[in-house]
Formats: sequence, structure tokens, C-alpha cells
Amino acid sequence: MSEDIVQGPGLRTQDDARPAHPGSDDSLLSVQDLRVVFTRRGEKSTVAVDEVSFDIRRGEHLGLVGESGSGKSVTSLAIMGLLPARGAEVSGKAVFDGEDLLAASSRRMREVRGRDIAMVFQDPMTSLNPVVTIGTQISEVIRSHRQVDKNEARERAVDLLGRVSIPDPGRRLKEYPHQLSGGMRQRVLIAIALANEPRLLIADEPTTALDVTIQAQILEILKAVVVETGSALIMITHDLGVVAGLCDTVHVMYQGRVVESAARRPLFATPRHPYTGGLLASVPRLDTPRGGKLLPIPGSPTDVLPWAQGCAFVPRCPNSIDVCSQHPPALEPEGDRSLRCYNPLDDPPVRGATDGLPQHSRTTTAASSLDGRDESPSFDRKQP
Amino acid sequence: MLRFVVRRIGLMIPVLIGLSILLFVWIRALPGDPARALLGQRATPEAIERVSEVYGFNDPLLQQYFTYVGRLLQGDFGTSTRDGRGVVTTFVEQFPATVELSIAALLFAVILGIPLGYWAGRRTGGWIDNLVVSGSLLGVVTPVFFLAILLKLVFADWLGWLPTSRRQDARIDATHITNFYVLDGLLTREWDAMWDAVVHLVLPGIALGTIPLAIIVRITRASVAEVIGEDYVRTANSKGLNPSTVRNRHVLRNAMLPVMTTIGLQTGLLLSGAVLTETVFEFNGIGRYLYLSISQLDYPVLQGYILFIALIYSLVNLLVDVSYGLIDPRVRVS
Amino acid sequence: MTMPMDPLAPTLSSPAPGADDSNAPGTSLWLGAWRRLRRNPAAIIGGALILAFVLVAVFAPLIAQYPANSTQWSDEVSLTSVPGPREGNILGLDRYGSDLFSQLIYGARQSLIVGVVSTVLGLVFGATLGIIAGGLGSWADTIVMRIVDIMLSVPSLLLAVSIVAVLGQNRYAVMIAIAAAQIPIFARLLRGTMLSQSRSDYVLAATSLGLRRKSIVLGHVLPNSLGPTIVQATLNLSTAIIEVAALSFLGLGESDPAVAEWGRMLVAAQDRFDSSPQLALWPGFAIAVSALGFTLLGEALREALDPKGRR
Repeated sequence: MSEDIVQGPGLRTQDDARPAHPGSDDSLLSVQDLRVVFTRRGEKSTVAVDEVSFDIRRGEHLGLVGESGSGKSVTSLAIMGLLPARGAEVSGKAVFDGEDLLAASSRRMREVRGRDIAMVFQDPMTSLNPVVTIGTQISEVIRSHRQVDKNEARERAVDLLGRVSIPDPGRRLKEYPHQLSGGMRQRVLIAIALANEPRLLIADEPTTALDVTIQAQILEILKAVVVETGSALIMITHDLGVVAGLCDTVHVMYQGRVVESAARRPLFATPRHPYTGGLLASVPRLDTPRGGKLLPIPGSPTDVLPWAQGCAFVPRCPNSIDVCSQHPPALEPEGDRSLRCYNPLDDPPVRGATDGLPQHSRTTTAASSLDGRDESPSFDRKQP
Repeated sequence: MLRFVVRRIGLMIPVLIGLSILLFVWIRALPGDPARALLGQRATPEAIERVSEVYGFNDPLLQQYFTYVGRLLQGDFGTSTRDGRGVVTTFVEQFPATVELSIAALLFAVILGIPLGYWAGRRTGGWIDNLVVSGSLLGVVTPVFFLAILLKLVFADWLGWLPTSRRQDARIDATHITNFYVLDGLLTREWDAMWDAVVHLVLPGIALGTIPLAIIVRITRASVAEVIGEDYVRTANSKGLNPSTVRNRHVLRNAMLPVMTTIGLQTGLLLSGAVLTETVFEFNGIGRYLYLSISQLDYPVLQGYILFIALIYSLVNLLVDVSYGLIDPRVRVS
Repeated sequence: MTMPMDPLAPTLSSPAPGADDSNAPGTSLWLGAWRRLRRNPAAIIGGALILAFVLVAVFAPLIAQYPANSTQWSDEVSLTSVPGPREGNILGLDRYGSDLFSQLIYGARQSLIVGVVSTVLGLVFGATLGIIAGGLGSWADTIVMRIVDIMLSVPSLLLAVSIVAVLGQNRYAVMIAIAAAQIPIFARLLRGTMLSQSRSDYVLAATSLGLRRKSIVLGHVLPNSLGPTIVQATLNLSTAIIEVAALSFLGLGESDPAVAEWGRMLVAAQDRFDSSPQLALWPGFAIAVSALGFTLLGEALREALDPKGRR
């Protein structure tokens, strides 16, 4: 039931055999050696993101996974050109459709933002302007990128709200954010992001701030509209459950660097980096017996070794060997993935299971299987 | 919205009642006989007797208070002990001058203050910010009357660019309909007279507007600095909007909310400051009249003017609160 | 969730101010504030100005060469000319023939005394009202806040004027008048901070532990409201100094001619302004500079005590 849903240009392919480091012709965005350093007057500068490279093809769904502070949000803001001009040094390249966004003028970036690349942010409660109507907040993004009059923009806004399943969209346009619930606001933000059918949508923890019961709905809506419009997706999350149901490729970040990247299936089946392994082991799965223990990663993200000295994960790593704290490991291709580790986990991994379902306790995406087949009903429904 | 306005007006009532009690007590507390206080030192015994009768100064206190409030409600605020004119009459006559001056001061403060505050708040810690903050500090600590004297000395006496005093040149024979001289000039199309009135407003307006300017700059700065870090501004930027749309619709519209309240609170400062500024510039508004009354201890005028000023102050703040509701949809609902 | 590595984090995840570092209402907050204060140039300048101002006021008789209002050169001043700086009189004479410099020095004394006394009075009465309102709540709160509303409905200078009118022209009346104008400010501030403290998590925790209301208010809420109060008092000192001068300007200030007073010096200088502007400039600067000292220190204190402000 799943292979036949792969079709049409711009729609994602679901081929697990595809290499994890693309570079193919239909590359949409290619991030190369991204580095972001934050400097503050009178304080030591912090390297928030370093050596981050990845490619995303048209229609591909990519997951950027890591704990808070791993640099995943900063990566997306850097691509969007939304980091503060002062205090943030960005270097590297982000080639979008042949054009390096990091070198683009701010005028050019304004054209790109909201039209070619759009973003959905974490907290819907604070991401909408409280004193401007929903309608204006949607139509302004349409009208700033297209020559349409007010009525057309309004009609399009109504249509968009309908597509994110907001009931009675015509009435909602006149309302203010405080009249909407968190879930409704996030739908509005998704509608805003999709207003100009961007080729790339970046979703930065879009469900984290929401009620558990709402998270699944929002994820379904997001998934559905992304598939419908055929845009590529960068899903930034700390939640492997979200990734499992949605992403083709996954990049795991730790303290500003990618430590493991692979296609979804091999990553979940055989995590090689101890951090990835730890992340998976701390998430409940349907294939382990009930009552089995979840294994948290020891320590906290603040226990780090500077990357300059060695692997940042050493203080928390069960697998660390001497060399780990002497030289920083490099991200190197290894079989079906890239890995930044001297002493990776063996495959088969910690918990043996290969075809289990990582069930994130809070979302129904746990119902999606790991093998790359997306069985969620809404996905099927959206197929032409 | 209507309920909000009604409730807000309701809140004013206890304030006004309290104020009338306070003023009543105040008159009783003035040194000497209250009737003498109201009539002045040169009053004849007969006049004092008559006033004591009319105001019921010999009745029990509570009854006196009600008599007093009754008179106030009828619009009887007495006459000045200094020039014998009715308190209401003079107030109505001079009030337009003070309003005109206050508007000039407020325009100066707002037109300069909001852009400066925005400019500084956009990049706190930058050199523009430091400059603006230092300037606003100077503005706050310079006494109004000192600034007024300085401005008058430099721009009127030494440089001769602007007139030293009064509301209009004595040689201009202008028709006055409303006593708002600028408005009068507009209505009668006497452009020379209007221009002359405007020119006479410049120095006092700057003197009176400097402290409000400093305060508006600081509030705007703080507010803009806070709003600019908000998530919704990042959302607006992620939409690729025009910088001016982001600034006006997303940053300023939110940042203006606390500034609005501040502007409302400035009316108190303006009315206080008017006493000093109008005195320096011999500007015939309620402030100068109050000054003259203070120096002569003209109690009926003091009493009436304080009440009027408090009333105006409360009304302006009511207006501010209501317009706040118009801008911020959250207030309207709750 | 906090993002220790992420400099963008503060906007998303800064902890509720006063929620976590407030259970110990002392050391760390004040110590941190003191450290921040020492690094802040505005605080240092403000402190230096205040120190200079206080020293001048206290040691006025040692600094000034002549007693206040000695008028010993009264025959040398005329309507059109007042001698400027010269041997024996660094700044020249004032319009009555006293040494201008000595007048200025003694003026500091008057400003400091009236400013401090009136601010302390305003603080004591205002804070009491505020604590009653914020601590007892309900009807006490309503009554106090209505009183505050009434006092705030009269512009502060006019409030002061009406009080001086009742009490007569002397320095005590001026002190009380300026204090009265400050009462609503302190009352509102203390009530506000106490109410917001009362709603904070640590008070909830203390209540759930079974602490009595009185001990929560006195032991937790009040000490945490101290910071903003001190800031406000420092700023009010600046306002008080200006208001003293303003009252003098209106002819309601100190009536004893033997006392040197900056505001009165300004008034006296007005009709000689064309020929001898220095008579107005010096006292004007003196008022502005001493007010600046308290404003600078107050603002720096506010920044230093604000747990959010790490700029």
C-alpha cells in the first residue's frame, strides 16, 4: 500500500536505499560547513553551530534532531538569515536553488523568505502579533510576495485556513490571536508559512509548546499540507517519534555538530552513535515488553567537552575510549550513513529490535512504522 | 467596549468625591477664618458675614460639606480675591491658552520622542542608544523653569530669533473666536496672526515638552527593545515583509501600548509645568494665573483651579485608557 | 526547558523573574547587584556626584569662604551690573552683594536636607500605605488605592502648593509638601511589588508548607519588595531636589532670607538675566547636576537589581 504513493515531481520519494549524502541534481538546498559563532561584548564567544553540512532534495523530508541547545534552531535561523546582524557570525554556504543564501543581500533574502522558504516556529502563543487580526497576518505575507488585491488575498487566506482545518475560516479572519487556542494558532502559523507554497518549509519544534492531545493533530495537518504542496521539509525536533513518522533522512546534532546522519530506516534500526542510541533507548517503543525500563542518557547537555578538545559527548558517553577526549572526531562516511565517532555502537544496536516502532508516548505518529512506509491515513487520503 | 468605558467612568466617581472632601477640608484648614480665606485679607466684616451665611460656615460640618458640594455642582466656584473675577470665567478664558501650549509641548515630545526612542531601542547598547539615553537623562534632571529661562535668554534675548513672551505680538490685532489663537487664525484666515501665535508657542512648548520628551524617549526605547525580541517579530521577519511593515505594524503597534499610557500620564506633568513655563514666558494661561494667585494666596482660585485640573487630568487618562482599548484587542474583551 | 548554549534563549526561556533567586531574599541578589553596580560607569559617576554633593553640604562652612547671605558687598551691586569672578570671589557676587560661590555651597545644604527629609517622610508614609494595601488586601487595598488615586489626580506640584498654602511658608511646610507628593508613588509601588510577589510560586510554596500569612509577608514578600523601593527612593531624591527649587521659584519656598537656596537664587537672578546670566546659570547647573547624580545612581541600581537585566 505504500510504494505506489510515491509519485509526481516535487513529491518526496521514499526510497531507503538512497544515499544519506546526496548531491544529486534535484538538490534544493545544500548547506556546507555552516558555522555560527555568537559573540557578546565582554563575554567569551560561543560556537553554536559548526561543521554542519547537509543536502535536501526537492520534496524531501529531513529531520534535524537533538536536545535543546544542540544548535538545530540556530542552523535554521542562519539559513533564513534571521540571526541578529550583530553578535552572530555566520560562515559557510547555504546554496538554495543555485544561490548562496548566506551571501545574499538582505533585500534578496526578504524575497526568498516567506515565498521560497517559510518557517513555522515553536511557540504559537507568542509567534503571532497580538494586536493584528489573523486575516491581516495571513494576507500580508501573500501580498508582499504577489501582486494580488485585498480581496484575492482574503480569499486565499480563507482557503488556507480551510486547508489547515480551521472551522469557519471567514469569521476567524477578523479575530485576534488571543481569541484562538494554541492549536488553532499553530494552524494559523502553518497557513501563513504555506501561503505562497514555499519550496522549503522549516518547522522548528512545531508541536513542543502544545498540549499533548493537540500535538498529533498539528503534525497530521503539517504532514498533509506539506505533501499536498510538495514542498521540502526540515523538521527540527528533539522528538524521535515525530521524525519516525515523517522524515526520509535524519541528522542527529549534538552541541552544534552533526554526529550521525542516515536515512530514517537504518538510523532507527541500527543507531551507531552512542548519542543516537541513547536517544532511542530513552523513548518507549512498542516492540519492547511492557514494563521494560527506559534508559535515560546520563548527565545533562551541560556536561560537555569543548569540540576543540575531543568529542563533546564524552562526559555522558558509555562507549568513550581514550582517544575520544584527545582528538575531536570527524564526520566520516561509514556504510549507509555518516558518523562522528571513534567507538560507535555495534550493529545490531542496544535494543536489538530492527522493525520496532519507536512510540513517542505523546503522539500518534508512533503508529507510523519505521520501515519508511507511511501508513498514516491522512497521508493516503491526500494522494491524488 | 461600552461596558469598559462605563466601568472606567465609574472609577472616577470616588476619586471626585474624595477630592471634594479633600478640598473642603483644605479650605477649613487654611490659616484663619475660612470666609476670610475666601474673600481675602481686605474683606469687610459685612462681606465675611454674608459669605459665612451663604456657605453656611456656621452650620454643622457635614451640612457645610453638602452645601459646599451643592455650590460646586451649580458651578459656583466663587470669585478671585485678587481681581474679583469669577473663577469659572477666568478659567474658561485662559484654559485654551494652556491647552494650546500643552499640545505644542506634547507634539514636540511625541514627534521627536518616538523616533528617537525607536532608534535607540532597536539597538540597545549602540552609540545612538547611549547618546539618546544620556540626552534623555539631561532632559529629566533640568528643572523646567531653568530650561525656560535658558531658552528665553539664548533664542529670544541674545539671538532674537523668537519672541520672549506672551501669546501673540501686541501689535497684531487679531480676532479671537475660541481663544485658541492658532485655531482662531485658521478660522478667520488671518494667517499673519496665526503664524505669530505659532511662533510664540515654540520656546514655551520646547521648555514644557522637554521632560515629557525625555520620558517618552525612555519608555519607547525600553518598549521597542522588548518588542523587537518577541517571537512575533521574528515571525514577521520570516515572512519576508517590507522593513517598514515590520516596523509599523509589528514593532511599533505593540511598542506603542505602554507609550500611550505614558503620554496620558504626562498631562499631569504638563499642567504642573505650565505653571512654571507660563510664568517665565508671561504666557496668559491657567498656569500663569495660578502663579499669580499662589503668590497672593488667592484661595478661591486655587481651589477651583485644582479641582478643574484634577478633573481634566482624570478625563484625559480616561480617554487614554479607552484609546488603549482601541489599539489593544485584548483589553477590549476582558 | 533551557538552552544553555543558545544565546537566543533568553527571550524564549528566561526564568520567571524573582521566581528562583528570591527564596533567599538576600545575599546573592544584593551581592550580584553590587558587582554589576561597580562595573557600571553610570553608577560610578552618579555615586561620585552624590558623594561630592553630600560632602559639600556637610562641610559647607569649611568650603565656603563667607557665611551665607553676608551681603557684605551690597554697595558694589547695582541694577545693571553685578561683579563677575574676581579676587576673593571666585564666581563673583550675587545680586544682593553676597559671594556667589559661598551661596551655592550653602544652597547644597538646604537642597540635601529638604530632599532627604521629604523623601524619607514620603517613603515612610507611602510604604506604610502600600504595605497595608498589599499585605492585607481586600477592603484595605480598595480604600488605600482610592486614596492614592485621589492624590495622583492632583499634579504633584499643585498638591505641594496647596499644602504650603495651609502650613505657611517655611522649610517644614516645604518638606511635608514634597513628601506628600511622593506618598502615592511609594504606596503604589510597594503594593504592586507585594502583590506580584504574593502571586509568585515561592509564596505559594511557603503557604502550602503552612507558614502563616504574617510571616510570609514579613519574611519573604517584604524583603523582596525592597529593591524597587530603594530604586524609587533614589530617583525621588532627584525629583525632590528639583521640586524644592520649583516651590521657591513660585515664591512658596524657604522664607528665611538668611538661608541660601538654589531655587530662590534662580528667581532672584531673573531680572538681571541680560546683564549677568551667570547668576542664574550656576544655581541652575547645581540643581541639575545634583539631580543627575541621584538619577544616574537610581537607574543603575534598577538595572543592577533586575534579575533579567544582564546587559
